[in-house]
Amino acid sequence: MSVSNLLENWSEFRHLHPVDDVPHDPYKWAMSIDLDACSGCNACSVACYAENNLPVVGKEKYAHGQAMHWMRIERYWDEDGREFPDQGAQFLPMMCQQCEAAPCETVCPVGATNHTPDGINSQIYNRCIGSRYCSANCPFKVRYFNWYDYPTTDNVWPAEMNQQLNPDVTVRGKGVMEKCTFCIQRVTVAKNNAKNEGRIVHDGDVQTACQQACPTSAISFGNLVDKESKVYKQWKAQQVELDKDAQAKDKNEEGRSELRGYRIFEELRPYPSVMYLERVRESAV
Amino acid sequence: MMKDISEDIAWAKINKDVLKSLENPRKLYWVILFIAIAMVGVAVGCEVYQYNIGMGVANMDNPHMWGLYIATFIFWIGMSHSGTLLSAILHLMHADWRKPIYRFAEAMTTFSLMTAGLFVAVHLGRVWQIYYAIPYPNGRMVWPNFQSPLLWDAMAIFTYLSSSILFLYVGMIPDLAIVRDNMHSGWRKKLYSALALGWEGTDRQWRNFRVTYLTIACFLIPLAVSVHSIVASDFAMSQQPGWHITSFPPYFVAGALYSGCAAIITLFIILRYVFKFEEYMTLSILKKIVRLTFAIAMVWTYLNLIEYASVWYGHDQASKDVLIQKATGPYAPFWWMMNFCGSIVPLLMFFKRFQTNIPVMFAVSLLLNLGMWLERWMIVAPTFSHGYYPWTWDHDQWPSLIQWGIVFGSFGWFTLLFMVFCKVFPSVSMYEVKEMVYHRKQATKKLATAGKGAH
Repeated sequence: MSVSNLLENWSEFRHLHPVDDVPHDPYKWAMSIDLDACSGCNACSVACYAENNLPVVGKEKYAHGQAMHWMRIERYWDEDGREFPDQGAQFLPMMCQQCEAAPCETVCPVGATNHTPDGINSQIYNRCIGSRYCSANCPFKVRYFNWYDYPTTDNVWPAEMNQQLNPDVTVRGKGVMEKCTFCIQRVTVAKNNAKNEGRIVHDGDVQTACQQACPTSAISFGNLVDKESKVYKQWKAQQVELDKDAQAKDKNEEGRSELRGYRIFEELRPYPSVMYLERVRESAV
Repeated sequence: MMKDISEDIAWAKINKDVLKSLENPRKLYWVILFIAIAMVGVAVGCEVYQYNIGMGVANMDNPHMWGLYIATFIFWIGMSHSGTLLSAILHLMHADWRKPIYRFAEAMTTFSLMTAGLFVAVHLGRVWQIYYAIPYPNGRMVWPNFQSPLLWDAMAIFTYLSSSILFLYVGMIPDLAIVRDNMHSGWRKKLYSALALGWEGTDRQWRNFRVTYLTIACFLIPLAVSVHSIVASDFAMSQQPGWHITSFPPYFVAGALYSGCAAIITLFIILRYVFKFEEYMTLSILKKIVRLTFAIAMVWTYLNLIEYASVWYGHDQASKDVLIQKATGPYAPFWWMMNFCGSIVPLLMFFKRFQTNIPVMFAVSLLLNLGMWLERWMIVAPTFSHGYYPWTWDHDQWPSLIQWGIVFGSFGWFTLLFMVFCKVFPSVSMYEVKEMVYHRKQATKKLATAGKGAH
């Protein structure tokens, strides 16, 4: 162990995404979510539970804020004076934003959360010691901690439900942090298939579980480097750029942009990989 | 003017009085020891339960990822600063009055660091993998993350702990030799003989001793400042509202010295009574620590107000919301209590008549430390309860009895270590008290001769 050794390894270990580093090539996975299409049905969340072996913690733990929903639908009631059931609501599907300059990555004492070359914020369960600093520093609070040893907690996967556990995904033990992976197991399969055929992944080769389950196709997922992908086209059309902390958009004569695309907490500079398309409000129509 | 120490205490009497503390303390000592062990028992029980079932039993959740453990961790780290202040900084400043009390302050440093270290372990989800945070040599070249303030923390604490143990030990060598020479044969005699490293009190030994002690003192001061600055970095380097504040490092260091000094007053009063040290731990010395504590309290108050002001007048609405939340939300009683205990209660120390009033000072010192514990809690918890946007808000979470039990037990653990130390090792530095008495005598003699000359 020497200092030079340390420094050499260090440059491999940490990149300055996305502004100062080699561009992602050939993949940069990203998403866009159309809030106008989202009906708040929670199918994405359910699909995520099934795909990623998320423990169903039950009413009591859910009420304690110990739910493990990697994909959650946040509901915000409209405050326009109308009463339920006439009252409207807005829905925000929220999952790990796969930030390029992720606040969680720099603070992990053991380097258990890292950036993959294709732009996904990875979590190494075996390396995690459970300091929970990543979650403390996450502005979106999309990281979920295994408060209990769910694989052995009896009510999490009752008898038949354990049959539907996904063999491609590990079941996490107690004391580690976990979060949305952009369905990395599916991405990996698609990448391997493409590699065997000597090409890169085409748009549509891989779908995330939430995207697949969404009845209104509100969620698109794909490769932001690939100029043919839907996600690339959406980001381009909305003039949202990955490495900007404030987007310069075309303005109308009132000085406001009519484009709907935005990223959450751009100004905090995490450079999220998920773009949302603003809901077209009833009042605006 | 009151004297720090009487000039006519015989050296043999100093030895006798201090050595007595190794033999027969008052009954209260055993009562304290018993209570401390019981408290540790509670904490061990809670920890075993939490270890087996999972961190969920602490009733943490998303977003309340950290709870009392981290708050109490900062509290104990802070407590450790007083020892360094008294022994190293005041040593360099030639403040003589520190001499009878610095030994126990140093022991406090060591033991509060040990207590703080336990909280890191208690806090971790997978404590059995704690060594991942250490850059140990391994074949796979897996490193900890050197960007993480938590890693700096681990390193700073290890360094500070090992240095302060060394400092405590080196400073104790001449005294250990005295104990060795006065002990009946038995395991304790063997222990002291080994620890005294063959000290004979020769000129050469004294010279080397002084140089060594001074060197470690100089080494320790920057460490003490850095260790709490780094703990502050855990928060200041993060991106969360209410934490991302530039003034945090000096604020934390001031808070650390503050709670440390308050704890010195508490222990001063306890030791003075339990070990019958009235002649050495004089009221005049108490007065000086009280004044020092008052000064630090005002520095802390100032930095605290700076923090509020910079948040209030800053452009960060999220931080401002957290501040408003602290003052008006579910944490308001604790937040106001913290401000009261931290800034109003120490004003009592301004009045001369209270400075040497033992019951009042005992109560004040406990209140100050309550305030400082609340301060740490008010740094950690409100930020978690009121994050960047509504979904991340959770104003209802309350730490479970498991958390409270471990926090409660940590005070027992500290007391246990400290009390055992005071019974096994001389908690008053005999050789330095002798020096003090000697200097005092010289000074009086000079005064007397000067007086004669004038006639």
